[in-house]
Amino acid sequence: MSRPDLIIHDEKDNVGVVVIETTKKGQDCSAWIMENDKTVKVPSTNDVPLGHKIALKDLKVGDTIFKYGHDIGKVVKEIKKGEHVHVHNVKTKKW
Amino acid sequence: MDIPKSFLGYKRENGRAGTRNHVIILPVDDISNACAEAVANNIKGTIALPHSYGRLQFGADLELHFRTMIGTGRNPNVAAVIVIGIEPKWTKKIVDGIAETGKPVEGFHIERSGDIQTIMKASKKAQEFSMWASEKQREECPMSDLWISVKCGESDTTSGLASNPTVGNLMDKLEPLGVHLCFGETSELTGAEQVCAKRGATPEAQKKFMKTWSDYNDFILKEATDDLSESQPTAGNIAGGLTTIEEKAFGNFQKIGSRKFIDVLEPAEEPKKGKGLYFMDTSSAAAECVTLQAAGGFNIHLFPTGQGNIIGNPIEPVVKLTANPLTAKLMSEHVDCDVSKILSREMNLDQAGDKLIETTLKVANGRLTCAEALGHREFVMTKLYRSA
Repeated sequence: MSRPDLIIHDEKDNVGVVVIETTKKGQDCSAWIMENDKTVKVPSTNDVPLGHKIALKDLKVGDTIFKYGHDIGKVVKEIKKGEHVHVHNVKTKKW
Repeated sequence: MDIPKSFLGYKRENGRAGTRNHVIILPVDDISNACAEAVANNIKGTIALPHSYGRLQFGADLELHFRTMIGTGRNPNVAAVIVIGIEPKWTKKIVDGIAETGKPVEGFHIERSGDIQTIMKASKKAQEFSMWASEKQREECPMSDLWISVKCGESDTTSGLASNPTVGNLMDKLEPLGVHLCFGETSELTGAEQVCAKRGATPEAQKKFMKTWSDYNDFILKEATDDLSESQPTAGNIAGGLTTIEEKAFGNFQKIGSRKFIDVLEPAEEPKKGKGLYFMDTSSAAAECVTLQAAGGFNIHLFPTGQGNIIGNPIEPVVKLTANPLTAKLMSEHVDCDVSKILSREMNLDQAGDKLIETTLKVANGRLTCAEALGHREFVMTKLYRSA
């Protein structure tokens, strides 16, 4: 079983979390889905550090980010598949 | 894995079982700490539980003080109790609350006799209790005698990814065996509160949870001096990859697996509805939370950490697990169960849950936790508001 570059909690999630020190721009990442133990390939278009998120699909402004299979915030700036997802393009719906 | 059906615990007079056999010297109030500590110094096999409060409190805050004191004494990890307070009335109230369990308890007050006389009298009784308790033997107890509380701390993304889900996996496996389970941290469920409320097993439990969370949220909104998005997630959380409060809350929430909670408890309240999962209204500060859960009667605690929290408790053993490989390596003396191999996929959640069950049972049977070996005895009272 190879070491994953990303981990995805739930099949429904549209982001995965980097679990290596950093991904490299252009890297074809291997992403492990914990829920069903499957592995998928996801490109990384940026250098993304450990613990940070990468988009698994194209996302438009207003779209919901799903992690753990749940709503964790809204997209405030368009995100392409493979891009770094964080405070610069996602905000809470809470406050 | 075949989950063992029993562990070796100390059977108590009221039918509960302990994973530890402590004789505690419990001060009613801050000014009785010196006396309690002197007794614990005199008599081997006893521990004092000094704390900062207990004078001029009133209303719900005073009730919580009594509930925490009495609950700590009632905990089945405690064999016998010496209570020492400045005056007789509140001392007796705590002694009477503990005595209902049938365990040996005796109270002493300092007014009109002074520290030295009190230390002498209390030491005599403490010696008797300590020697009596030392004769107790561990016996086979059903798994349903385990009351497991959980709380995470110094969380990072590895907590939500792996160590919290490991605790959830353990809950899913142990709940059918009839254990009591408890989670808390009202503040750090913000963002996941609606989803958490739906985990209430009954409409009453769901309603009670939402009221507890809303009361907390109203308090925060009243006291907040700026936009909370600067505080939750923290700058450290954001640097670690957490983007929103919802993401942080859902990471926290992984600890209950797919369980439903049957009731919502006040801080330090003992569950009364039998086996299953309970939510307790607690602070998210580690020592306050575990102190309240121990006072609620929980006899073993599971504590997932990311960056490396080091908390312990004087009466409830705190089992620490981490999925952060750096924490496991750099702070190994604090880590009872290393599940960092989940991230490298050398271990799956099912295996991690089994590993945690094994560790939990070793500790229930008497193995010292890292925190116990290192002498961590954080006993921290929750204070609701200013004293009179």
